[in-house]
Amino acid sequence: MSMAISQLFSVRRELKPKTRLLVMIFSFLLPLLVWSLVSYVPFIWHPKMEVTNPGSVEYFTKGMLVDRDVFESELQNTVKQGKPQPEGIRANPVYLPAPHQVAIAFYTAFTTEPKLRSEKWLHESLWDSIQVIFWGFLISSLVGVPLGILCGTYDFFSKLFEPFVEFFRYLPAPAFGALAVAILGIYSAPKIAIIFIGTFFQQVLIVSNTTRKLDPSLLEAALTLGAKRTTLLFRVVVPGIITNLYKDLRVLLGWAWTYLIVAELIGASSGITWFITQQARYKNFDNVYAAIMMIGILGLSIDIILAWLGRRLFPWEREMAKS
Amino acid sequence: MTKIELPSYLEQTEDVKDRFQRLKARPVILEIDGLHKDFESRQGHVTALKNINFEVHRREFVCVIGPSGCGKSTLIRILAGLENKTSGKVLLDGKDVSEPGPDRGMVFQGYTLFPWLTVKRNVMFGLEARGQGKFSSEEEARQWIDLVGLSKFEDSYPHQLSGGMKQRVAIARALANQPRILLMDEPFGALDAQTRAKMQSYLMGIWQNIDITILFITHDLDEAIYLADRILVLKAHPGEVQEVIEVPVPQPRSPDQMLSPEFLATKKRLEDLIHPPEEEVSDDHMNLVRMVPVTDDVSSVF
Repeated sequence: MSMAISQLFSVRRELKPKTRLLVMIFSFLLPLLVWSLVSYVPFIWHPKMEVTNPGSVEYFTKGMLVDRDVFESELQNTVKQGKPQPEGIRANPVYLPAPHQVAIAFYTAFTTEPKLRSEKWLHESLWDSIQVIFWGFLISSLVGVPLGILCGTYDFFSKLFEPFVEFFRYLPAPAFGALAVAILGIYSAPKIAIIFIGTFFQQVLIVSNTTRKLDPSLLEAALTLGAKRTTLLFRVVVPGIITNLYKDLRVLLGWAWTYLIVAELIGASSGITWFITQQARYKNFDNVYAAIMMIGILGLSIDIILAWLGRRLFPWEREMAKS
Repeated sequence: MTKIELPSYLEQTEDVKDRFQRLKARPVILEIDGLHKDFESRQGHVTALKNINFEVHRREFVCVIGPSGCGKSTLIRILAGLENKTSGKVLLDGKDVSEPGPDRGMVFQGYTLFPWLTVKRNVMFGLEARGQGKFSSEEEARQWIDLVGLSKFEDSYPHQLSGGMKQRVAIARALANQPRILLMDEPFGALDAQTRAKMQSYLMGIWQNIDITILFITHDLDEAIYLADRILVLKAHPGEVQEVIEVPVPQPRSPDQMLSPEFLATKKRLEDLIHPPEEEVSDDHMNLVRMVPVTDDVSSVF
C-alpha cells in the first residue's frame, strides 16, 4: 500500500503507462462526479423545492421553483389552517442543470430549430466562431511570428518595435470594439480584428523571447562553418526555435478563444458565444452548459490534433523529450 | 620510496630534434603577433591576453594549456573570429583574421550539433551554406562521416548519439569545409576517461592522414603531451605565454608512451608551470574541523 502511494507521488518521476491513463481519465471523472453528487443526491445542496402539487397555496404553480424556507412556511400555514397541503421535491436552482439534462441538451441543441428566423442553428454558430478564430489567428501569426523572430534576432528591431508593442499589449482588446465596428463594418471583420488585437501583441513578445532563448553556441558553430546573415536566420534561427514556436502558438491559440466572447458581442451578433448569451436570456441553462462544453471539447480536440501534428513535423523533438 | 630520476624535458633524441627542425622549416600557417585582449567589466579593466606571439606551422599539432582564467578560451575564440581583439595581429596564411569563416573550423566542448538535422545534414551544413549543390555535398559528407566511422548513423539525429559519437560528428562537420586550421576548444572535456582516450587516438589518426593543422585547448596535461608537437603554456592574470614546450616524445604516438621518461619529464615540467607549489594547508586548520573523536574505533584512516 505505502509502496503504491510512494509510487504515485514520487517527485518528477513518470507514472507507469497504465496508471497514467487511469489518472488522466480521473481528471475528467472527478469534476463529473462532484457535479453528479450535487445534482442527484438531495441532501448535499438542493436549496430549492420544485412544486409538484400547489395544494391550497395560491401563487404556487406546478413545476415552480421556490426557496425551501418559503415552501416550509407555506406548508406550516396550510397545516394550521387545515387546507390542502402543497407537495414538492427538493431541487437545484435553474442555473445548475443535472448532467443528463446537459447531455440531452447537447443533442437537442443541434436538432432544435432557432426560435427566430433570423437566428442561426447551433452548428452554423459554431462554424462562424471557428472562422473568426481562424482568420484572426492566421493574420496575427502571419505578421506576428516574423516580427517576433526579427525582434529576437536583431537588437535593432527589438528596440524599434518592442517598446511600443509592450505598451499596446496593456490596452484591453475589447476597448477597441466600437472603433473596429466603425472602421470595419458590422460583420466578421471587426470580430477578426478583436481576435487580432488580443493575440498579436502578446505573440510578438512571446516569439521574440523564444527566439532569444536559442542556444547562442549554435549560432557560433554556424558562423565558424561559414554561414552568413540570411543563412543564419533561415537555417539556424528558424529551425532552432521552430519546436518552441509551435508550442507558443498552441498556447496563444487558447488565448484567442478567450477573446472570442468579446469579439462576438460586437457588431452583428453571431457565433457560439452569442448563442450562449441568447440561451442564458431564455434561461435554457442546459443549452448554455452544453455550448460551453462544446467550446472546451473543440479547443481540446484542436490542441490534441496540433500536438499530434507537431510530433509528425518535428521528429527530433519527440525522443529528445523522452531521453 | 625511491624517486625516479627523470631526464630534463629539454633533452631530445636525434630523431626528435631532427623532426622539429623539419617542422619549423615548414611554412607558417597561423601567425599571432602582439595579440592583446582587454575586457571592460564591472570590476573595471581586465587584461585577458597580453602580448601573445606565436607561430603555428603547417600540419602541426599545437596544444594550449594553462590554469583557469588564463584566457585560453578567449584566445581560440579570437582566432575563430568569434571575439574581437583589442590590438595585435592574427594572420592566417598571411591574411588578417577578423570575423568567422570556413577557413577555420571549430569544435566546441558542448558539441553544438544542430538538433533538427540528421548526422548527414549536420555535416553537409557548411558545404550547403557556402552554396555547394545538395548532391555533391551529400557525396562529400558521406566520405567525412565514413572517416569518423559513423556511416551507420548518418540518418540518426544528434540526441540518439553518445557524447563521443556527437563529437566525432562535430569533427567531421568542421573538416568537411576543408579548413586550413582546426580549432578545438576542450573538445573532449565532457567525455569519460575511456571515451576520451579513444577520441584522442581517432583524432591522431585523422591528423596523420589529412592535410590539417590543429590548435587544441585542454586542461588535461596527459592529453596535451600525448597529442601535441608543441605545447603553448599560458599563465593567468594576465594571460601571457609562459613557455612553449617542444614535446620530446617521439612520433607517431601510442598510449604506451605515457609512462616513458620523456613523457613524465614533460608532465613534471607542465605541473610545475601550471600548479606552482603552494603553501600546504596547516594542520591547525584541520583540527578545527576534526569531527571524528580520538576514541572512535576508526580514529584515523592510516
